[in-house]
Amino acid sequence: MRIGILAVQGAFEEHRSVLQSLGADTILLRQKSDIGTLDGLILPGGESTVQGKLLKDLHMLDPLKEMINNGLPVLATCAGLILLADKISNDENTWFGTLPVLVKRNAYGRQLGSFYYKGDVGDISDFNMTFIRAPYIESVSNNVDVIATAYDHIVGVRYKNQIGLAFHPELAEDNRIHQYFLDAINSYLFT
Amino acid sequence: MSDNRYELNKNLAQMLKGGVIMDVTTPEQAKIAEAAGACAVMALERIPADIRAAGGVSRMSDPAMISGIQESVSIPVMAKCRIGHFAEAQILQAIEIDYIDESEVLSPADDVYHINKRDFKVPFVCGARDLGEALRRINEGASMIRTKGEPGTGDIVQAVRHMRRMQAEISRVSSMREDELFEAAKEYQVPFELIQYVHKNKKLPVVNFAAGGVATPADAALMMQLGAEGVFVGSGIFKSGEPEKRAAAIVKAVTNYDDPALLAELSKNLGEAMVGINENEIQLIMEERGK
Repeated sequence: MRIGILAVQGAFEEHRSVLQSLGADTILLRQKSDIGTLDGLILPGGESTVQGKLLKDLHMLDPLKEMINNGLPVLATCAGLILLADKISNDENTWFGTLPVLVKRNAYGRQLGSFYYKGDVGDISDFNMTFIRAPYIESVSNNVDVIATAYDHIVGVRYKNQIGLAFHPELAEDNRIHQYFLDAINSYLFT
Repeated sequence: MSDNRYELNKNLAQMLKGGVIMDVTTPEQAKIAEAAGACAVMALERIPADIRAAGGVSRMSDPAMISGIQESVSIPVMAKCRIGHFAEAQILQAIEIDYIDESEVLSPADDVYHINKRDFKVPFVCGARDLGEALRRINEGASMIRTKGEPGTGDIVQAVRHMRRMQAEISRVSSMREDELFEAAKEYQVPFELIQYVHKNKKLPVVNFAAGGVATPADAALMMQLGAEGVFVGSGIFKSGEPEKRAAAIVKAVTNYDDPALLAELSKNLGEAMVGINENEIQLIMEERGK
């Protein structure tokens, strides 16, 4: 199994070390020629403006978008969620636009608004969620499942092959979400 | 400061990794930096090259100027306070800055004590020339480290020296026997627990960026290959002929620092680089500030 991790900017190494500890093969995607065939894709945290620009400039946006539309399983965290969203309430840009949700960037304000929250993510209970200058989801289309909320805001969704999280499971020292993602790929839950 | 807040502040630095933090003096420059792919901006009235040229005492920037930049971009905004000037830091915290740089670029306010950064909720980044300086700043509460380099010169030699020294010392501590760590803590003048962390994890406990003298995509790639996790560019961008183009090229060079063919493309036709000053031509050695 070959999992691609978008590695143009941000906390991609943290995702890689969790996935490697779970026995997955990972490939860091820094430019188009890195993509090849993938069984899954991770969109890590970082700055969405930087990642979006580099995705375009390095010619990765269109090929990856096509793969996502064709069913490639994606786990997107924080900035990654913003890249997937088809609408952003406080930014005119959209990037992949494959996830039918309305996202608000920096929804909790500046760094002083960053926080931890313990709660359930789908069937995973008591997960320590890390929110860093995080977005949240203001609204979702009908067929999107809400899998996590924090303080009455939607912070995790699942839509077909896409999982979008406003927080950082790669910083939690808890690999259950990554394990769930790999298991779901293995059992073709996303197809 | 609660442990939680310190962890969250280290986490923010992790999100900046693989990115370029650019010095800006106006909202217009901040927008150019953001559009070029900066992962954060450093708001200051004068970039280091101009501070060097102007001479005199250099202080924290006007909060109104910093707030103007905060309102103009969506990426994190950092600002500098003088070494040891905790009142300037309190002011920057009051305007909800995302990161404070307790910086040797400004005139030091205290020639003995650094700020007790554990007292603050907002995160701090500090400069360091070697492992001892880095761990002392971390012990004081810094949640991110950068090399000092020699700001405002456009000369990369000091940043290279500092990054190599830090990496060499990390390797040395990593390869020690455990019973040698106590002596190492004494030698580096830092707490045993921090030396133990470096020994076990073969890295600093916080993110480590390169800063001071980066002027070209090749400079940025050099620092990344030497082990930097991201790059600060101060005077190098807005003191050059074509800031937008150079900024975007340095951003891409940090992402693909190990692809010489791409770096060659990125380095073409960037216009005039900042003129720069050599080590033996400068009077004011900023790296000597704050040890």
